[in-house]
Amino acid sequence: MKKTRTLGLLALLAVLLAFPLLFSDPAVTTIAIFTLLYAGATTAWNLFSGYTGYVSLGHAVFYGVGGYALALLCKDWNIQGGYVPFLLLPLVGLIASVFAIPLGWIALRSSRHVFVVITIAMFYIFQLLAYNLPGITNGSAGIFLPSPPWDAGFFNTPFYYVSLTVLLLSGGVSWWVRNSKYGLGLLAIRDDEDRALSLGVKTGVYKLVAYVISAFFVGMIGALVGYFIGSLYPPFAFTPVFDITVALMAFLGGVGTLAGPLVGALLLAPLQQYLTVQLEIVGLDLILFGALLLAVILLLPEGIVPTLRRWVKWTASRSARTGPRTDIKGKEEALLVKGGREGKS
Amino acid sequence: MVGPRRQTSGSHGQEGVPVTLIIEAVILGILTGSVYALMSSGLTLIFGVMDIINIAQGILVILGAYLSYTLEKYLHIDIMLGLLVTIPTLFLLGMGIEWAFMRRIRRDRVMISILVTFAVALVIEGLLNFIFTANYVQLQAPYVDATIPVFGFYLPYIYVFAFILSVVLLTLLYFLVYRTKFGFGLRASMQDRTAAALIGIDVERVQTITFGIGVALAAAGGMVFGATSPFNAATSYDLISRLLVIIVLGGMGSLRGALFASIGMLIISDVTDVVWSPVWASTVFFALLIVLLLFRPRGLYGRLEGRKQ
Repeated sequence: MKKTRTLGLLALLAVLLAFPLLFSDPAVTTIAIFTLLYAGATTAWNLFSGYTGYVSLGHAVFYGVGGYALALLCKDWNIQGGYVPFLLLPLVGLIASVFAIPLGWIALRSSRHVFVVITIAMFYIFQLLAYNLPGITNGSAGIFLPSPPWDAGFFNTPFYYVSLTVLLLSGGVSWWVRNSKYGLGLLAIRDDEDRALSLGVKTGVYKLVAYVISAFFVGMIGALVGYFIGSLYPPFAFTPVFDITVALMAFLGGVGTLAGPLVGALLLAPLQQYLTVQLEIVGLDLILFGALLLAVILLLPEGIVPTLRRWVKWTASRSARTGPRTDIKGKEEALLVKGGREGKS
Repeated sequence: MVGPRRQTSGSHGQEGVPVTLIIEAVILGILTGSVYALMSSGLTLIFGVMDIINIAQGILVILGAYLSYTLEKYLHIDIMLGLLVTIPTLFLLGMGIEWAFMRRIRRDRVMISILVTFAVALVIEGLLNFIFTANYVQLQAPYVDATIPVFGFYLPYIYVFAFILSVVLLTLLYFLVYRTKFGFGLRASMQDRTAAALIGIDVERVQTITFGIGVALAAAGGMVFGATSPFNAATSYDLISRLLVIIVLGGMGSLRGALFASIGMLIISDVTDVVWSPVWASTVFFALLIVLLLFRPRGLYGRLEGRKQ
């Protein structure tokens, strides 16, 4: 199983790496870039909200802060478009993390229910500040980022690979956290916070650190989107759509799992891009997206990945029941055992 | 809700604000605060009984406003009279939403309910955009523009009517919750769902009716909101964020908290509007929440512990 999975991951990686070479149409690669970015953001969101069970609907704060941070850095340091803004991304992520420390500290003091609402409120505070501090953000007139000097055919390629890098980084960190003792602590907080605390998990610090890590990646992604689009306006930099889309992608794929956010983003992001671009009837995109969501949440409340795992486990146990199969050896046997164990997690 | 102010164009310096303007702001804050109390009571009631954060409350308020708008424009029914139609309609719609979606949520109610109600909100928003387009509209009635002089300024009748309407409905709600057998069951389900079911209360029925009541209150709030400020479907985002802040500030699940928080918040933001600048009114609104949460994470009247499931 492990070998199959590694091979599968490598194959996926190869497809992702080769994608811009196979499809050169800018319309297609633009959708691909947004898909990668949403996958990265959802993975980062999941690292905090999925593992700890504290649902944040205010991650657009870091998305917007990242965008504005990159724009202001470029302006103050007089950076022209090109590859340099990409190198600034880690710094932008750090700035977003610095913002996350006090915000997380305040919000995480309250219960899970209240936390959701506080994150929404924080999101609106930042959106209003972006409007109300024209000295920094240029208010509703918006702020522009330097435009890269690449021609239309090549334009998307650097963005694609940088987005892929960010996704791989956030996926890697998410994987590492999930398999570390720290990640176990986070999952313990999700399952029973009081008990985790009494068993010696420093719940406050654990939650805050996850929040800050998650903000780091979301900030970088916000900056990338800003650079890609070329301009920032308060309602688009701090957009409620980002908050909810990320949560939905995670829920669709399976909250708290490693692959879930990826699956959710790969399915939903292209659909969303398509719906907003293609449909001409006003409001129809919202109706379709909302209806799809309702269907998914009500029919697959656990998300795709956990449901699939359960299904694999169920078929495995059924085939075990229908008759003694002596021919299962080695790899296949390991697959069954592993599938059974994973279904529980 | 933007007050009927005539001098809000420039931002005022601290010293240049006449006392009458501040009095006006306080009075308006109390009057409009009562309407917010109406809308947020629905939200907090639903949370208290069902553990559901109804993100759709904002768009349901707007839906109520659009219903009043349709009745007024095409059937020429007065917007106050129209409430006799819109309130029962939204009551039924609320019960329908609860029956169709909320009841199906078996696990992780808080998280899933946010997504489900958001999805419901998206569908309604799409429908409203489709039917009414994104143009701003405002409800019309003779008393929306007519004014009475109070303390040297002119107050539109609609604010007074809205206040009376809110007081009447909130009193009715109070009696329903604290003085009737249904209210007894409702409060029992709030405290402990399992124990309530054990003493013979039909908790599912209580939940369905509660959701209906919560949404019906949105219809009344929507009428006033639509009469006092222009709206379109996207206005609901601003509205729901304010309502959420109010119920967190008051303590989630507390009706009393929702009332005091609404009036307090509206007074503060209206006063900020005149003494500082309109653009900061909403920011102060949100910043106040953060300050309060630093000292009291559970809000004004919130319960200390989460409910036992």
